[in-house]
Amino acid sequence: MTEGSSGGPRVFLVDDHDLFRSGVRAELTRLVELVGEADDVGPAIELITERSPHVVILDVHLPSGRGQAVIEAVRAVRPEVRFLALSASDAPEDVIGVIRAGARGYVTKTISPADLADAVVRVAAGDAVFSPRLAGFVLDAFAAEPGAPSPAVDPELDQLSPREREVLRFIARGYTYKEIARELGISVKTVETHVSGVLRKLQLSTRHQLTRWATERRLV
Amino acid sequence: MLGGIATGLSARTRIDVTLVRIGLVVAVLLSGGVVAAAYVIAWLLLPVDGQAETIGQRAWRDRDGIGVVAAIASLLAVVLIVASATAAHWVDTFAWAAAATAAGLVLIWRNGPPAEREALQRAAEPVLRLGPRSRSRRGLAARLVAGAALLLGGVAAITIGHQAVLQPLAGVALVAAGCVVVFGPWWFSVGRDLVVERQARVRAEERAEVAARLHDSVLQTLALIQRDASSPGRVAQLARAQERELRSWLFGGPAPSGTEAATTLAAALRSVQEEVEAGYGTRVDLVTVGDCSLDDRLTALVAAAREAVVNAAKWSGADTASVYAEVTDGEVEVFVRDRGCGFDPAAVAPDRRGLEGSVHGRMARHGGTAQVRSEPGAGTEVALRMRRVPVAS
Repeated sequence: MTEGSSGGPRVFLVDDHDLFRSGVRAELTRLVELVGEADDVGPAIELITERSPHVVILDVHLPSGRGQAVIEAVRAVRPEVRFLALSASDAPEDVIGVIRAGARGYVTKTISPADLADAVVRVAAGDAVFSPRLAGFVLDAFAAEPGAPSPAVDPELDQLSPREREVLRFIARGYTYKEIARELGISVKTVETHVSGVLRKLQLSTRHQLTRWATERRLV
Repeated sequence: MLGGIATGLSARTRIDVTLVRIGLVVAVLLSGGVVAAAYVIAWLLLPVDGQAETIGQRAWRDRDGIGVVAAIASLLAVVLIVASATAAHWVDTFAWAAAATAAGLVLIWRNGPPAEREALQRAAEPVLRLGPRSRSRRGLAARLVAGAALLLGGVAAITIGHQAVLQPLAGVALVAAGCVVVFGPWWFSVGRDLVVERQARVRAEERAEVAARLHDSVLQTLALIQRDASSPGRVAQLARAQERELRSWLFGGPAPSGTEAATTLAAALRSVQEEVEAGYGTRVDLVTVGDCSLDDRLTALVAAAREAVVNAAKWSGADTASVYAEVTDGEVEVFVRDRGCGFDPAAVAPDRRGLEGSVHGRMARHGGTAQVRSEPGAGTEVALRMRRVPVAS
C-alpha cells in the first residue's frame, strides 16, 4: 500500500477484540488511512515492521502479553513509528508502563471517534496526547513528597515545572489544548511543547516514586 | 478389599470371603511376600466383570509405566547381586516379591479405572496419616524406613540369629534400603497426584466464583440492555454502571459505594459520580489527585460539587461532565466542567436558588469559595475551593 487518497496519517490498529476493531475501523476510515490490523503481539510486530505506519493504535492488554512488548520490538527496527496507547483498564500500572515503554499518548476506550481521530493526528505530528486521567496520574505521581525531598532528585527530569503542572491541571479538568492556550494566553504550539516535555519526563525519569506510586495505586 | 481377588476366589471355591482373606494374609506373611506379588499380578491380569480389558492390557501400552517397572527391575538386580555377594540368600525371595508387588501396584495405579485407584488410595491413607500433615514427605519417608528396618531386623535376627553378626546386619540394611528405593517412586507419585488434584480443585473454585460474578452482574445487565435496546440513553447508562462495577472488581479498585458512607474525599466524589450517572444518564469523568479524609468542611464541598454536577447533568445538555479534584497541603479544589449550552450568570432568575444556595451559600458558610464561569454556548465551569484544617500534629 502507498499513501492513500484520504491524505490522513497511515494508521495500524492492534486490538484483540473484533468488535472494537470493526468499530474503530468504521469510525476512522474516512479520517485516516488504515493500513492494517492485528490481534496479538506476534502478528502485530511482524505487520507493523512490514507496513511501517505513522501511528499504531495499541491496546494495552493483548492475549499473549502487554502492549509494551510490541512497542519495544518495533522501536528497535522502526524507531519512527509512533504509538497511541488505548486501554479499557485505566490501571495506573498499565498506563505508566506503556508510556514509559515509548507510547506518545494514552486514551481510554470510551473516547469519542472525533477525539480519537484528533489524538491520532496529534500523535502522527509528533505531539503527545494525554487524557484527563493520564494527566491526573502524572500530577499524582509527581506530587511533592510530604516528607523531605529525596536527595537524588534530578530537577531536570524528576520535577514538573510550574507551567507544566498548570497545563496538566487544565487537561485533567477536561480542557482541550486550544482552550488551555486561550486560558494561559499562549499558543497551542506552546501547550503542545509543555505536554511533550511532561511526556519526556514521564518516560525518562528515574524517580523511584513513579513506579512505586503506580504499584501502590493498584492495591488501593 | 483391594483388587477383588479374594472375592473372586471365594466365588469360585465357595469358601467364605473372610476366610479367604485371612488365608491370604497368613500366606503373605509365611511366604515372605511371594503371595502378595501373586495377588498384585492377579489383580493386573484378571478382568473385572463387565470390563473388556484387564488393567494389564492397558498397562502394556503405558510407556512411562513400563519405564518405572524397568527401573524397579534394575534396582532388583542390584539388590540381588549385593545379596548374593554377602551370601544373604533369604533376601532373594523377599526382593523378588517386593519388586513384583511394587511394579504391579505402579501399573495398577497408572492404568486402573478410578475405582481401583480409590481402593489403593484408601489402602495408602492410614500410612500417609502416620505423619502430621504439616510435616515434610521426608519425615514420612524416615518413619517408613525406620519401621521397615526394625521389622526386617527382627525377622533376620530370628531366622539367622546364630550366624556371625556382620551378615545379618548387612542383609537388614540392604532390605531396608531396597524397600525405600522400590517404594519411593510409588509414594512420590501418589503424593504428586494428590497435590495436582488439590490444585485443580482450587482452580475450579476460582472459575466458579468468576462465573457466578459474571452471571450476577454482566449477564443481568446484558439482559436489561436487550430489553431497553430502543433507548440509547438507558443502554449507555446500564453499560456505564456495569463497566464501573466490573472494573472495580477486576482491577481491585474501590468497592462500589453506597453500602457504607464514604470517608475520604475521592470516595465521596466517586459516589457522586455513580449517583449522577445512574440518575441522569450523563457521563461523569472523574479525576482525583491526592486524597484526604472528610471533615465537615469537605463534606460541604462534596455536597456543593454534587449540586454542580447535577446542574450540569440537568441543564447543560452535554453528555459528559468533567470533575477534577486536587488535594494539596493547604487546600482542596474541585472543578466541575461541562461543554453544554452554558448560561449568563447575571441573568439567572432570583428564584432559581440551586446555584446560589446550594453552591455559593454552602461554600461561603464553611469558609470556602465558589466561582462560576459560563457563557451561553460555551459550557460552564464551577470552581470550588476550600482551605484544609491543619492536621493536628
